[in-house]
Amino acid sequence: MIRIPCPYCGLRDHDEFAYVGDAGRTRPAIGLAANDRGPWHDYVYLRDNPRGPHLEYWQHVHGCRAIVKVLRDTVSHEVLAAGLPGDALKPDGSGEG
Amino acid sequence: MRRYSAFRLIREAFRGHRAWERAWRDPEPKRRYQVVIVGGGGHGLATAYYLAKLHGVSDVAVLEKGWLGGGNTGRNTTIIRSNYLLDGNSRFYEKSLKLWEGLSQELNFNVMFSQRGVLNLAHSDSQRESFTRRGNVMRLNGIDAELMTREQIRREMPYLNFSESARFPIRGGLMQRRGGTARHDAVAWGYARAADGLGIDIIQNCEVTGFRREGNRVTAVETTRGPIECDKVGLAVAGNTGRLAAMAGLRLPIESHVLQAFVSEGLKPMVDHVVTYGAGHFYVSQSDKGGLVFGGDLDMYNSYAQRGNLPMVEHVMVAGVAMIPAISRLRVVRSWGGIMDMSMDGSPIISKSPIDNLYLNCGWCYGGFKATPGSGWVFAHTIAQERPHALNEAFALNRFETGRLLDERGAGPFPERH
Repeated sequence: MIRIPCPYCGLRDHDEFAYVGDAGRTRPAIGLAANDRGPWHDYVYLRDNPRGPHLEYWQHVHGCRAIVKVLRDTVSHEVLAAGLPGDALKPDGSGEG
Repeated sequence: MRRYSAFRLIREAFRGHRAWERAWRDPEPKRRYQVVIVGGGGHGLATAYYLAKLHGVSDVAVLEKGWLGGGNTGRNTTIIRSNYLLDGNSRFYEKSLKLWEGLSQELNFNVMFSQRGVLNLAHSDSQRESFTRRGNVMRLNGIDAELMTREQIRREMPYLNFSESARFPIRGGLMQRRGGTARHDAVAWGYARAADGLGIDIIQNCEVTGFRREGNRVTAVETTRGPIECDKVGLAVAGNTGRLAAMAGLRLPIESHVLQAFVSEGLKPMVDHVVTYGAGHFYVSQSDKGGLVFGGDLDMYNSYAQRGNLPMVEHVMVAGVAMIPAISRLRVVRSWGGIMDMSMDGSPIISKSPIDNLYLNCGWCYGGFKATPGSGWVFAHTIAQERPHALNEAFALNRFETGRLLDERGAGPFPERH
């Protein structure tokens, strides 16, 4: 079981959460020209898919229902840091920007 | 390559089995090859075999970081079928199934292909109707499909849950009789032996650590056994595509996820077919040793760890017992995880890449094993002819830009849902 420190509820099992996906992507700016599909293609389909620390969103569906940002190692499954979606997580476990 | 035969088996038996030669050589890598295939699983070895056999390209090295078939080739549930709906998929998987049908003879190696039939169960009227549509499409494409009623299924598979109180009663099913299973290791070994016999170098314990680039070309592959120059590189490393693509400076529409599989203790013959549950994700067959081989959903988060987590173990067991209540006391003896290349539309990518002489074979999601012969066949064509075959045109990398997605399940760009 992966244990995720929810910023509202504390340390919880990962089966209380639903996986949302990669949090490292940037949504294209509003006002992009209609025929400029490149940034949208990159945003919707391409992934870094790293082997190692991975920034991702989980939703605490069986808890506070908040979206939680998690930095997790994809090889060891160790949670390195967790925080709110706006936080810039660092792998020192602080969970604060 | 000296051929295996019943005659030879008898002769060697009388000579104490001392004259068998090794099945493939263990060569030192040469300084340069025409084609380097990265990944010594079923797909990479099949590609090398068809390159030499059909395209006359035998100056080929297959690089494998561990041992042959030690990745996903040895970590699947060995199911083979071609019951697809969409045109791009259906013809490709049928080609693959046809190759399976002659594979043991072709390779002179028994891959134990058993056409025991693959049955998808339907549990509602709407599911039965969607299976009817898929079955009709299959038959129009010349692929065998058979709709079965609840009573027909009950006669053939009496062990399924036919109780009146079942939460998801069986309403019917779609059967492909030509589908079945094969011996996964034998597929890798058979292709390796046949490829080696055609002069291909299979190099194990040789991990790729980088690519040497010149302009928009790869000139050499850096490995733990030194650099190897090449004219063309083919990647067939499903599960590790993300890592290799990053070394080549590519971002791909792929996420790596872990999928678990399980084997139970041995039983007398009980499950004569491959059966899949329609009300949850569960599929089961029985191995020749008697163990039930089964699996279910992904663990649902990005992972490169070849092991899974307990909530999904419970989820799979619940689905299994709902489908076959008789197995509720059965003990599981082994479980393992394999890393799936989950693509953004659930279909594979067999394609040229943005780098001129780098070719991609990836994104197999759950379905790579059944595709092994077909994948090697079209990938060899793509590499040798420098253009895709008609059978893998639909698997182009640029389909995510053009919008020609092959989304069999209609789940959208959420790789874990395919």
